[in-house]
Amino acid sequence: MQDYVELTVWQVALAALLMIVNGAISIGLKLKLERTLLIASLRTVIQLTLVGMVLKYIFQLERWYLVLTLAAIMTLIAGVTASNRNKRTFPGIRLNTIVSIFASSWLVTAFALLAVLQGIDKWYQPQYAIPLLGMILGNTLNGISVGLNTFTEALFTRRTQVEMLLASGATRSEAAAEPLRDAVRTGMIPIINSMMIVGVVSLPGMMTGQLISGMDPMSAVKYQIVIMFLIAGATALGTIGVVWLSFRCLFNERHQFRSDLLR
Amino acid sequence: MLQALNLTRTGGGKTLLDDVSVSVTAGDRVALIGTSGSGKTVLLRALAMLDPIDQGSVKWNEIDVTDARVPEFRSRVMYLHQQPGSREGTIESVLREPFKLRVHQGKTFSREQIIQWLERIGKPESFLNQSHLDASGGESQIVALLRAMQLDPSVLLLDEPTSALDAEMSLKVESLLVDWVREIDARAFVWITHDSQQAGRVSSRTVRMTDGKLETV
Repeated sequence: MQDYVELTVWQVALAALLMIVNGAISIGLKLKLERTLLIASLRTVIQLTLVGMVLKYIFQLERWYLVLTLAAIMTLIAGVTASNRNKRTFPGIRLNTIVSIFASSWLVTAFALLAVLQGIDKWYQPQYAIPLLGMILGNTLNGISVGLNTFTEALFTRRTQVEMLLASGATRSEAAAEPLRDAVRTGMIPIINSMMIVGVVSLPGMMTGQLISGMDPMSAVKYQIVIMFLIAGATALGTIGVVWLSFRCLFNERHQFRSDLLR
Repeated sequence: MLQALNLTRTGGGKTLLDDVSVSVTAGDRVALIGTSGSGKTVLLRALAMLDPIDQGSVKWNEIDVTDARVPEFRSRVMYLHQQPGSREGTIESVLREPFKLRVHQGKTFSREQIIQWLERIGKPESFLNQSHLDASGGESQIVALLRAMQLDPSVLLLDEPTSALDAEMSLKVESLLVDWVREIDARAFVWITHDSQQAGRVSSRTVRMTDGKLETV
């Protein structure tokens, strides 16, 4: 028995009418967003349909190697996206984002699957493993992007200040302490803000989904609380990781700031 | 004191330092002259070990400076940026900042000493309460100089330290620095300048950079 209303293709198409309204607004106000709106709408439908097909296949087969393969692909895309979002670049930036997003998200997801969700049958149960990792990846990606961007921008704009400290005898850690702190703090702000307003201003997507599928609100709330803590943990680890790795790329063992590498 | 052997550095398809060797001994007041782009700043930064070099070594008291010893070395051999920039806070807070560094633990900020130096160059005590962000280019150079001098380094590597100062202030700073070296035997400076008269006033010897090579004048 289903506790939720199964949507037909026609019902989805009905919702798509709203995009026609958006298109009409764009034409009326000469926003020139019609083409972009069309592409965005098509991508939403195509990407989610493909993901749905893949998930259906993986959920049916329940094989650990398929779950890990999908998780690895998701992680790789998140890592590459995080480095592409950065305004500045330097050799090794992509590896840094991939490693930090991988280490933080997988560690926290493993903690959730093995320690927090003790009632699940198998650690790789796709119904839990994939959505959890997906939510953690999406949010960690934001933290890493913001943190890394803050760090590289601070080093770029405060180059002389950092060099003055090094020239006065500062170690590389002392010279970069302020940009490092600012970066981690800024990377954490989005999730802290979300935690401050969750449930008050908006209901999170996962909780909304669980409520629609018929879950008891208090059970959905408990899941959401866990998710928020997991995201906060992974964001902190990921941001610290990416900033630390980038620091090691831009400051060498001789306590030299390789500002020439930062473009 | 400070010895650089066979420093070589290339970059952008150009030889920036071409097998440069130089020694700075106690009491030395070296003027480093040369045309723009000849490698003067690159050499000074290499002497302070601020940039990687392709070949060569820098020795302090005849011993190679290991990675772990670089901060301590830079507390003895201090490079001054030509355009030190500015930051938030008063000038006094900027002067106090380096005392927080591990390498300067045990040293304390002396307001009296700074006021003495300021008097010598005709700046009032109230200068210390000014916002560093409001400081002119020349004032920033003075702040950077005092910031370094108060830490009592042995060698100052000065990259056009008076380039943003007027002629009168420039002479006062020259006199302050020359006396600073004369005060204690174990001090020295290397001073980049484009002004041959200034080189004559401040230096005990002059060296010239040409296309990354160093020659005695």
